[in-house]
Order: sequence, then C-alpha cells, then structure tokens
Amino acid sequence: MQRFSGLALLRRALGGHQGWQPQWRNPDPQPEYDVIIVGAGGHGLASAYYLAKQHGIRRIAVIERGWLGGGNTGRNTTIVRSNYLFDQSAALYDHSVKLWEGLSQDLNYNVMYSARGVLMLAHNHHDVQSFKRHVHANRLNGVDNEWLSAEECRAFCPPLNISNMRYPVLGGALQRRGGTARHDAVAWGFARAADSLGVDIIQNCEVTGIRRNAAGAVEGVETSRGFIGAKKIGVSAAGHTSVVMSLAGVRMPLESYPLQALVSEPVKPAFPCVVMSNTIHAYISQSDKGEMVIGAGTDAYTSYTQRGALHVTTHTLDAICELVPQFRRLRMLRNWGGIVDVTPDRSPIIAKTPVSGLYVNCGWGTGGFKATPGAGHVFAHTIAHDEPHPINAPFSLERFRDGVMIDEAAAAAVAH
Amino acid sequence: MLIIDCPYCGKRPEIEFRYGGEAHIARPADPAALSDAEWADFLYNRTNPKGLHAERWRHLNGCGRFFNAVRDTTSDFFVATYKSGEKRPDVQEIAR
Repeated sequence: MQRFSGLALLRRALGGHQGWQPQWRNPDPQPEYDVIIVGAGGHGLASAYYLAKQHGIRRIAVIERGWLGGGNTGRNTTIVRSNYLFDQSAALYDHSVKLWEGLSQDLNYNVMYSARGVLMLAHNHHDVQSFKRHVHANRLNGVDNEWLSAEECRAFCPPLNISNMRYPVLGGALQRRGGTARHDAVAWGFARAADSLGVDIIQNCEVTGIRRNAAGAVEGVETSRGFIGAKKIGVSAAGHTSVVMSLAGVRMPLESYPLQALVSEPVKPAFPCVVMSNTIHAYISQSDKGEMVIGAGTDAYTSYTQRGALHVTTHTLDAICELVPQFRRLRMLRNWGGIVDVTPDRSPIIAKTPVSGLYVNCGWGTGGFKATPGAGHVFAHTIAHDEPHPINAPFSLERFRDGVMIDEAAAAAVAH
Repeated sequence: MLIIDCPYCGKRPEIEFRYGGEAHIARPADPAALSDAEWADFLYNRTNPKGLHAERWRHLNGCGRFFNAVRDTTSDFFVATYKSGEKRPDVQEIAR
C-alpha cells in the first residue's frame, strides 16, 4: 500500500500525479477463506480490517452485492455521537467514538472526523427533564454531555431561532466530542487498509445461499460467482439482513424501513455544529463541501425500495425552516432513501446465531454510521474468538427471548 | 405518496392510514404452554420479506377499521387489499 503523507503528495505532484496506485485490488474469489463477511459497507469492511489487524486472520473475503460503501454507508447523515442513556449503549457507542478520534491515523486515510459538537434541543418540559437525565447518566458513564440554556444554545449555534416559534427552545444537551465524519472516506479508508492486509474485497457478487453441513454448521456461501467456502461467516448486510439470514433459515427480530435524507445546494460555512430535535423533528449539519445535510424520518411501512414518501421529507423541512429561518431560501439538491433494519428495542444485534459459524451484526436502525469502527472492532472479536467482546455481550439475539432489552427507543436522537 | 385502496372506503392517500405490521400472525391459543423462544418468535421475529408482504393497515383518519393488504416491498405496489378475517388472496396469480 502506498502510504499517504505530505511528502508522498509532494513527490506525486512533481510527477504530475501519475504515480498513484489503485487503493484496493479487485480480486477474483478464492475457493475458500477462513472468514467471509457478507456486505462491504463501513461495518463489514471495518470488521474485516480488525479481523486481519488484531486477530491475525489472513484469509478473509468481504462479499458485496453492489459496490463497496454503496448502501447505507453512502446514504446516511454522517453523525457521530455517544450520548446514549443506558450503560450498555454508552459503552458501545463511546468505544466507537474513541476509535473515531484516532481513526485517520490508524487507517492512514483522512476520514474527516470533525468533533464539532452535537446539540440536541429541548422544546418542552418533558424534553428538559429527559435530556437532563441523559446528561447525568452520560457523565456517570464517563461520556461527555452538558446542559445548555436556550441562550447558550444560540451562542453555540448562532443561526438558531430559539424563541419566535411554535415550540420555543428551552435548552439543549451538547456533546462536544460528537460531530461528523466523511461517510465515503470511512468505507474507502477501511477498504484500503483491509486490502493492504490481504483481505479480498469481492464486489458485484451476490450471496444467493448459505451452505451448511450435516451437523448444521456453515460451510460457505453460494454466490452469483460460484461457491465460496468458509467455516465462519459474518453477516453485515444492514437492511437486507433478514434476507441473508433467511438463506440459513434464521428468523430475525428485524423490520426494514426506508429512512430518507436530503442535502441542500452547497453554501459557505453557515452552520457550526450538528443540531437535532426530537420534538419538532429537525436534524441538520453542514458538510465540509457546504451542503446542509438533513435527516428525515422513516416511512411508516417496511420496504426495500430505497426511496420514501415526500410528506416525510417536507415534515422535517417545515421544522428546519422554523428552527433556522435563514435556510428558508436554500434549495434542496438531492433526496434519497436507505433501508434500515430496526429491532424491537432499537438497539443493535452483534452476536453469535443459533447456526454454528454464523455471526450477525445488524439492527442498527437509523443510527449505525456512528458505530462503524466500534461495531467492526467488537464484531471481529466475536468472530475470531467465537465469543462476544464484553462490550457487545449484552447485544445478543437471546435478549429478546430472555427479556433483557436495551430499550433505547425513546432515548435515540430522532423519533423512530 | 401511496394511494391505498381501503376495502371499506375506496382509494385514499397514505397519510390517512397507519401501518400495522405483518398480517396473519395468530396469537397462540395457550401462551403459557410456549417456551420462551417460541413466545419471543411470536412477539418479535418477523418475516420482513423482500417481495410480496401481507400486512395490516388501519384507515385511522377514515373509517377507522383494520384491513389487510399484500404489497410488494421492492416497489411499494399494492397487489391487493382485503378485509380482516378474509384469507390471503392468491397474490402470485394477481401479480401475474
């Protein structure tokens, strides 16, 4: 792998930028691997990277139906935060934030992680009480989060309208370590780093079956490019997890919904942080390219269409026009949908499955991007040791049978 | 926005309706007789198919009644709607 550095950039510049190599190979599948990861999104690529780097497994393939990073990794609103209420979630998401902080150096790839602060606005008495509870719970868990008055919110984010609106801002919870990262760069950075450790990333290769032996353990996957053997298979297929798991006969506590997002035309820096509001349903930040990145809600019904209804996006735009009046004249450039897999308790599943050798990382619902490095890290541990890492042990499939939910449904940033 | 054909009221826009999840999941006759795993399967596990999906809808801002529909989750096209209690229609035939 060509390492990126200022000196390397200068050297290539003098050569007219002719000397750059492709950042990853495009290999044909081998007949057999030690581990196959299904799904080359951020989570799958991160899992492969940590398997190769920390667990010494060399023969790894990441199999992708489309192109790498082309699913939810390329469709999310790029927010990173860890201000979750419950101990288990705080541990998982903060593990991820700690990895984000050193990720660019670790991967030798600029993922543009920008800890610009995530501000969650309170608009009613219940919000105030609930967010203060979050602040206290987070601080007990060592996760930074602080309460701001309405005036302090506006001082931190001057474009905000805090008073002249239907539901005035009463305050907000600010996580300063939260922020954004460049979603595509995360997929590319993990792909390049994993590839340099010998991981085969096989794109345009759809998994059509999971082959199991007489004892029920996995033997490999049938794909559109033939059979590929492996004793361990990690499914990291986001909205399509139910589809892939059904190939092994495993029923999942998941439903797949379209989640929409949209971006405005690019403008000069005008919005300094991430702002989200449950109550009026606004969710906005500005990308480094200048676009306002806006997250809308999920549609009401399950779907695999990667689009959604217009009334869902106009609902969030109504809120943004009131919360940030200067954006009323912004034109929206693009909107799109991604398919998110939602669990009954809105917490993910990173676990072993009833099928020997089959592992699953799914159920991230509307908030999986922030967990990309952390989820990959603990999922790799789970696959390598056939045992969960202490951080992901509570996020098992059995928690639904045993009634030990991690009920973040009301605690997540946007209403699900 | 989807246009949904309520079996009682006719075609109406999606915002008049609420989604009710997968249809034809019968509550077990004797829940106490089930194992924890079987009960969890009833409560939480869903087919979540990519393709034809039988699902419940409620015409909340209309007649208020529940009914069932078969929709293609790859296109959101409603293949059929039918009253609660009726058998799932032979949608493979209709889809053709």
